[in-house]
Amino acid sequence: MCLGVPGKIVEMTGGEPSMGVVDFGGLRREACLAYVPEAAVGDYVIVHVGFAISIVDEQEARRTLAVLRAIPGGLDEISR
Amino acid sequence: MRYLDEYRDPVLARALLEEIHAVATRPWTIMEVCGGQTNTIVRQGIDELLPAGVRMVHGPGCPVCVTPLEIVDRAIAIAVRPNVIFTSYGDMLRVPGSATDLLTVKAAGADVRVVYTPLDAVRLAERHPDREVVFFAVGFETTAPANAMAVLHAAQLGLRNFSVLVSHVLVPPAMTAILDAPGTRVQAFLAAGHVCAIMGWTEYEPLAARYRVPIVVTGFEPLDLLEGILMAVCQLEEGRFEVENQYARAVRRTGNAAAQEAMTKVFHVSDRTWRGIGEIPASGLALAPEYTDFDAVTRFEVGGVTARENPACVAGEILQGTKVPTDCVAYGVICTPRHPLGAPMVSAEGTCAAFHNAGRLTPSEPTP
Amino acid sequence: MTIDPLAMTCPAPLRGGDTVLLGHGSGGQLMAELLADLVPVLGAEGQDDAATVHMASPDVVISTDAFVVTPRFFPGGDIGSLAVHGTVNDVAMMGARPVAISLAYVIEEGLPMAELREVTASVARAAAAAGVRVVTGDTKVVGRGAADGLYLVTTGIGTPIPGAAVSARHGAPGDAVLISGPIGLHGITILSTREGLGFESEISSDSRPLHRLVAAMVEAAGSSVHVLRDPTRGGLASALNELAAASAVGVRLDEQAVPIPAQVAAACDLLGLDPLHVANEGCLVAFVHEDAAEPVLAAMRALPEGAQACRIGAVVADHPGRVVMRTLLGSTRVVDMLIGEQLPRIC
Repeated sequence: MCLGVPGKIVEMTGGEPSMGVVDFGGLRREACLAYVPEAAVGDYVIVHVGFAISIVDEQEARRTLAVLRAIPGGLDEISR
Repeated sequence: MRYLDEYRDPVLARALLEEIHAVATRPWTIMEVCGGQTNTIVRQGIDELLPAGVRMVHGPGCPVCVTPLEIVDRAIAIAVRPNVIFTSYGDMLRVPGSATDLLTVKAAGADVRVVYTPLDAVRLAERHPDREVVFFAVGFETTAPANAMAVLHAAQLGLRNFSVLVSHVLVPPAMTAILDAPGTRVQAFLAAGHVCAIMGWTEYEPLAARYRVPIVVTGFEPLDLLEGILMAVCQLEEGRFEVENQYARAVRRTGNAAAQEAMTKVFHVSDRTWRGIGEIPASGLALAPEYTDFDAVTRFEVGGVTARENPACVAGEILQGTKVPTDCVAYGVICTPRHPLGAPMVSAEGTCAAFHNAGRLTPSEPTP
Repeated sequence: MTIDPLAMTCPAPLRGGDTVLLGHGSGGQLMAELLADLVPVLGAEGQDDAATVHMASPDVVISTDAFVVTPRFFPGGDIGSLAVHGTVNDVAMMGARPVAISLAYVIEEGLPMAELREVTASVARAAAAAGVRVVTGDTKVVGRGAADGLYLVTTGIGTPIPGAAVSARHGAPGDAVLISGPIGLHGITILSTREGLGFESEISSDSRPLHRLVAAMVEAAGSSVHVLRDPTRGGLASALNELAAASAVGVRLDEQAVPIPAQVAAACDLLGLDPLHVANEGCLVAFVHEDAAEPVLAAMRALPEGAQACRIGAVVADHPGRVVMRTLLGSTRVVDMLIGEQLPRIC
């Protein structure tokens, strides 16, 4: 359920409801930004059916990966 | 960073798997609620890499699968009207109704169109003022705000030729129904990350406490699933039953206020029939009184269309996690993605289709 | 009552208009004018109803294809170039050198004449670049609504390359599975230009002729090149399933080795599609004897169309007719054929 893909806001085009352009790894599509009123160009958002539903928290994202990398066995294999 | 590839790293995945193997000392049964999670688990074969006793059961989290037969029949009854442009997410087109499906009526001349976003359906209504544009508004809490916006936008534009066929369902009541079901084996949940991106997880806190069941809000990439499973197993092993958030990069405790506001403006909570499960009180969304002008059921007078499920299908038990597809005599024999008998075989996210597409043909190991 | 003499005269047929009319397919003067317009562009003879082609061998490889792509013009090609490449490639996948093609147009009345000329010029360019001749053809015009703009139907003929022994049935356990380049570009390009999905991207179709690549592979390894297939509709997954069934062997893929461009991966994530099911028009998959795999890869990489060639798996004796893939996490899953139409999904 609920395919949501992270992409980067590259343009805010405004309007009612407010729209913008989101880049998904080089592929761009218009998305509705009405539900992420605090988002700015450069933010990553999770997009579902053409709507940004959440701003990706970069710090949390990095923290999660850091926690995973600290798992015993993970580090050794990465540095290989 | 693309926030995707990083969470598909095989080296980290192996480390997480080793950790799960190290932590799990007993058999545990964990349900992932969301069909997107089921897809990742089955496509990556995650369940086969888990310790023998740790069993994943696949939840009801596919809005396509749980849409009742009679709503599909109503959709078809509307779509065949000569002046109608019937718009839908691609998922619903192959869902079989009692006699036919939307793809087939499209081939026979109905104007059925796939849209990627509900705002495209509104745009069609603007562009075709002489036609009736109907949008099939299905989905869980994740999709409801988007569909709500379509209604709000159409109202703002004063469109009189736009309406929605609503079939929205809510996740927490379904989880409650699963926990209340006799013989339920679910000991922990991976909650659906994108539902929680909208709703937060406060509504799961009383559930975890009342049923003493750990709930981990979990994302959709392989590492998300593995970490979610690890967190659930840790709670189970330690006898804790809390709501934890694995998907912290996208989910906050109280969710998305703007989205919730639009959703509660356009929809109100209603009783809902789940395909294969039956009626669950307060488990769906219907148009709020101010927006009933946009209700396709009244506009096209299809309220009288009713239907009965195919009795051979065990969709109900599958959706509740008391059976897996390979337990079903019809699975892979008379029920395939090409000729689906029941809803979970229809959407690629449906449990039966996910199993079938991954070539799961052998019966599951006996339940512990 | 009075009779207006002017109303009784037959209106003269329109000539040299901007759009194709039913009359252009009538076999009469309008058609002659149309053909006089198109045939020289293609370099075909045009006076006879059929063509004579000198072939270097008694065996002739022949393949027929129809092209109905919408939109007709897309980044990286158009229906004309696609028709030539698709035909050339089907002949080449038999281990043959394409020599000539025939071309039939099915035109819906009302098609802008300029568009027909543009497609024809594109056919001519693609054929010249591929070194094949368009030797004969046909033109039919159908009424409004009886077709969607323009369809092209081709037949290609070629001669087997000496030393080649390629067939869908020749796959053998132990063969290496090779691919000539990244997958999914054509299908995602077409999808992204379709109305309703509204994507912008810099990707373009991979549509191109592959017969020189095939010749280089056969030159490098002769009959050790067992199986060739261009994974068009249904994508890599469907092609491999067909080949596994035809050769009664299993195929084992390595998910990490399959080259998927970032934008194709992104589009598939967004639309809920499997890149293994997305169409290609400019890459081929080959089953090659293991001992010949490295020389064949080297020969492929020496050509631009094979620059990114790589090994993606192996042919096995187990599970004949099935394709399995080692997932990123080291588990395995069965890779099934595409069922029906690819529909973007939300969940």
